[in-house]
Amino acid sequence: METSFALTGKGYVIVAADTTAARSIVKMKDDQDKIKELGSHLLMAYSGEPGPSNAYIIMPTQPTDPLLSFYSGDTIQFAEYVERNIRLYQIRHLYPLRPSAAASWIRRSLAVSLRSRNAFTVNLLIGGYDLADHKPTLYWIDYLGTVVEVPFAAHGYGSYFALSLLDRYHNPDATLEEGLATLKRCINEVSKRLVVSPDRYKVKVVDKDGVREVEL
Amino acid sequence: MWGSQAGFGSLVKGVPSFVIPSVPDPAAFLRLHTDDHADPSCKIKIQHGTTTLAFRYQGGVIVAVDSRATAGSYVASGTVKKVIEINPYLLGTMAGGAADCQYWETYLGVHCRLHELRNRERISVSAASKYLSNLVYSYKGMGLSMGTMICGWDKTGPALFYVDSDGTRLKGNIFSVGSGSTFAYGVLDQEYRWDLPDEEAQELARRSIYAAGHRDAFSGNTCNLYQVKEDGWQFIGNYDITKLHYDGPGEAPGNGYGYDIRVEGQTSTDLPATAGQA
Repeated sequence: METSFALTGKGYVIVAADTTAARSIVKMKDDQDKIKELGSHLLMAYSGEPGPSNAYIIMPTQPTDPLLSFYSGDTIQFAEYVERNIRLYQIRHLYPLRPSAAASWIRRSLAVSLRSRNAFTVNLLIGGYDLADHKPTLYWIDYLGTVVEVPFAAHGYGSYFALSLLDRYHNPDATLEEGLATLKRCINEVSKRLVVSPDRYKVKVVDKDGVREVEL
Repeated sequence: MWGSQAGFGSLVKGVPSFVIPSVPDPAAFLRLHTDDHADPSCKIKIQHGTTTLAFRYQGGVIVAVDSRATAGSYVASGTVKKVIEINPYLLGTMAGGAADCQYWETYLGVHCRLHELRNRERISVSAASKYLSNLVYSYKGMGLSMGTMICGWDKTGPALFYVDSDGTRLKGNIFSVGSGSTFAYGVLDQEYRWDLPDEEAQELARRSIYAAGHRDAFSGNTCNLYQVKEDGWQFIGNYDITKLHYDGPGEAPGNGYGYDIRVEGQTSTDLPATAGQA
């Protein structure tokens, strides 16, 4: 199932998301990029959308259970909506939103959407580097519009294995190499214990120099 | 019936049996009154939610469990003994229905003793766990709920089996059972190896139960730790999970397992070297 991780370290945020796009029991694509670059120093990993098209095929519980969701159109729609609006702000004001402001705006968009007839049910991880105070920031946002700033975060079934591991091994002042090693621990643990574990992840880093993709 | 009542007393009145509801399908009847997922107002709430773990290593078997019992969202008890001492060489763990585990593992103990008397040697862990799995399998579909690990030491050395009420029986080196098991695995898998020294093995088990107690709402309160060696099991201790969070297992404070305690004073902010002076 869909899994995403993110963690902060000394001067950086690492965001990782699996690359599978599944519909029902079929893996449609294995190189999908689910991490949007919202600005020069802002990343957003998005996952989870229980579309009614597959909801009743496999899901034994209520159709809004985000853990039983699959990747599909709704998540991309929301991610692109966010991407364009964040860009619009930058064009209008000549400077980008800071990560905390962007997270607040995104949360509000979700909260407004939640109260509509067809809500976006998307889980997000927002990783940014704030150039003003040199602070790498990470926001965990769920489909209900909960936002919380955290040192590390995870969405999906992978979180059940990774969070206890990160409680034990994450360090806020770790170097990038150490941070990537901790991320590898998470990915390996999920591969080891989760029945339907993703096999590939895309990993992106944001630091003072901006966003970039890294190979594990 | 010949002999003393002490030996075969239970058979005087024939093979024991349970009183079951006088309805066509007793299992459906039980499900109707216990399924609290579908019906929160059901009459009987079975205790669920647990973290238990056991692993085999060079020095024997380590068994660690939490002590919380929940009925729905209610914490029914924080002092449950989830390790069942079957006999001086066998331990069983408790996950799922508390009564089912307690009753059937005690019952298993009776039969392990009978095996000893009949065969003049202790039952193997393999045979004991097979006895339990055959027993619960005979009740399959009738509402039993147990996820247990049978741990002990026999002629083959340290032994560990997972047995559940579906009838699954697995031999293995590491198992964790219950709602908090994923969190426990997350910590346990990272530092487990066969040649762990005793002290490190105990520490790893404590940390794993702590992780589950911290992350899983249905696990917590305290951690009970046991170790099985060649001469039988030994109770190591009872550890308050909140105390583990802030102070760690020993008497000296400042060794807390908690994330905030561990990373206190660290920061991810990376100020440029000149920013301070400028």
